[in-house]
Amino acid sequence: MMPRLLDAAHSSTERPERRERAVPPSGALASRAASLLTAPPALVSIHGLRVAFDDGRRLMPVLHGIDLQIDRGETVGIVGESGCGKSVTWLAVLGLLGPRARVEGSVLLDGQPIHGLNGDALAPIRGRRIAMIFQDPVSSLNPVQRIGRQLAESVSLHRGFDARAARAEATRLLDRVHIPSAANRLDAYPHELSGGMNQRVMIAMALAGEPDMLVADEPTTALDATIQAQILDLLGEIRRDSGMALALISHDLGVIADICDRVTVMYAGRMVEQAPARQLFERPRHPYTRGLLAAMPDHIGPRRRLVAIPGSVPEPGRLPRGCSFAPRCQTAYAACSEAAPAARSVGPNHLVACLRALDA
Amino acid sequence: MNPLLETTQLARHFPVRLPGGLFGRPGLLRAVDGVSFRLPAGKTLGLVGESGCGKSTTARLVLGLMSPTSGEIRFEGEPVTARRGPAWRALRRRMQMVYQDPMGALDRRLKVVAQVAEPLLVFGQGSAPERLERARDLMASVGLTPHLFERYPHELSGGQRQRVVLARALILQPSLLVCDEPISALDVSIQAQVINLLHDVQARFGVAFLFISHDLKVVRQVSDEVAVMYLGRIVEQGGPEDLFHRPAHPYTRALVSAIPSPWRRDGIRRIVLEGDPPNPMKVPGGCAFHPRCASALPLCRERRPELAEIGGGRRVACHLLAPLSDSASPGALAC
Repeated sequence: MMPRLLDAAHSSTERPERRERAVPPSGALASRAASLLTAPPALVSIHGLRVAFDDGRRLMPVLHGIDLQIDRGETVGIVGESGCGKSVTWLAVLGLLGPRARVEGSVLLDGQPIHGLNGDALAPIRGRRIAMIFQDPVSSLNPVQRIGRQLAESVSLHRGFDARAARAEATRLLDRVHIPSAANRLDAYPHELSGGMNQRVMIAMALAGEPDMLVADEPTTALDATIQAQILDLLGEIRRDSGMALALISHDLGVIADICDRVTVMYAGRMVEQAPARQLFERPRHPYTRGLLAAMPDHIGPRRRLVAIPGSVPEPGRLPRGCSFAPRCQTAYAACSEAAPAARSVGPNHLVACLRALDA
Repeated sequence: MNPLLETTQLARHFPVRLPGGLFGRPGLLRAVDGVSFRLPAGKTLGLVGESGCGKSTTARLVLGLMSPTSGEIRFEGEPVTARRGPAWRALRRRMQMVYQDPMGALDRRLKVVAQVAEPLLVFGQGSAPERLERARDLMASVGLTPHLFERYPHELSGGQRQRVVLARALILQPSLLVCDEPISALDVSIQAQVINLLHDVQARFGVAFLFISHDLKVVRQVSDEVAVMYLGRIVEQGGPEDLFHRPAHPYTRALVSAIPSPWRRDGIRRIVLEGDPPNPMKVPGGCAFHPRCASALPLCRERRPELAEIGGGRRVACHLLAPLSDSASPGALAC
């Protein structure tokens, strides 16, 4: 049994050799994996990921086929408005969506399929290979346990340390995220720390499993501007030092621009544009990306009237036919309402899902 | 000419219990601690600062929702009181508010057109058909299409709900609108719609805004004048272009440099402030910012700097920039 195998590896007190902890894929999946293994595999590669939620009466589709690859050490920004599916993508990858979600498509980690694994089989991947932090650190921490105990728990769970070693490691991790007098702070409760400090604790906890990748879901949205700057600096520093890949989910293009190598723009459950960060901000090709940039106020340059995108984001389940953005798009023409456009390459590493992108 | 709204040394302190002893020991939270500003009719004053700086308390004081510990507020020449009575009710007609969460501000069991017309009913203006007529006119002028008028709040999008709230606030033709984070809960593409709408509303109705936000980019976009608050006091005030391009106070400089922007030019270093956000229950002595300030002098620990004009209509509360201070020239910091 696959899950038992993984559990055995996980509970071993020695640090397992992670690269060789291969999951033997079964039948059909194996051939799919083998075909993708001809090139050196990306750290995480997502193909045709679809998610629908069952509300008891019908299936409500929220993701309509996401393709995304993230290499080792790469920082990818995922940007979009609420409901575009940027968080659901990663919750689906980690199997955190719950029983009402119907997930299709494939997710490969180091070329090995991890989709279709059940919760137990995913446990050694969550936190150990891919860790995730969320917007509100306080709701992710246990309010009645001291942070040292919560950190030590992660350390011993992921790395099999005994209590004393785990506590020492917890101190080191708090120090790593620049919490002053780390040894004393181990005995603090989450409510005794500020929002920024709690987010640092969450980052420390995510680092406890020495993951290959961190998914940060709006990690600075609840924080004040000066604290946001501190956390972004910290994430950048950790990434440089550890070579960890980072997927940064945010609605704020400014935050994305700050630390990302590559950016993916999502709209209504689809990816609409993907490009290296500088290219995306200097030469956006999708009308939605252009619209977002024109709608953003800024403090640099002269003040201008903002160009708002008319209308609002369509609700899932009530998507228009064809391109979901067409009803709000100034450049849409008849063909846009016929079929959802496929992503096409418009330059090196630059993909755009728009029929008009080649005209521009 | 008298300003529409003027506050003088406005302060509001809250008694609190600090940890220690069986029932805690008494402490004082200085939410607002000596705030003076003037807002001319038809203009926008942006109040910006981090959480706990006292910007929302200032809004509640201005609206007469709580009484100040000390200091004075004058609105249209009259003192603002928090004591409920005919004067307070008359005041409510002339100043209105818009908050962050439109869903929380609307009655979810009442059609939106009825909610927009309701203030007229409260103040006994017009007949029922007249009230509905005026509500429909105003809803159209904030960009709501007629098919939305008879809907319930949950049937509208976030941006549409905020338009309903704005229409309801405008129906009594107030001269001041206090907006506390009015667009923070909205999506990026909708924020721009509402910001533009606020501009149009101001141009059309001549209403003044006291605009409160933590988002500096939004404040710069809407304001004629910006006041930066830190721990209950204004630390810098000036025109938006000037203030954001050449911030003078060390706190404003850090704040402006911390704004993430896709268009940030390389080479501009972000100033990352050390330490935790300030705690209004433990306001440091002297200049409240000195523990986080990289250029603090011994004087900064001892004496609180007052807001002083440094030229060009800019006022800054910083010893390093005080005209009489010989320790540093203003040019040295205003990069």
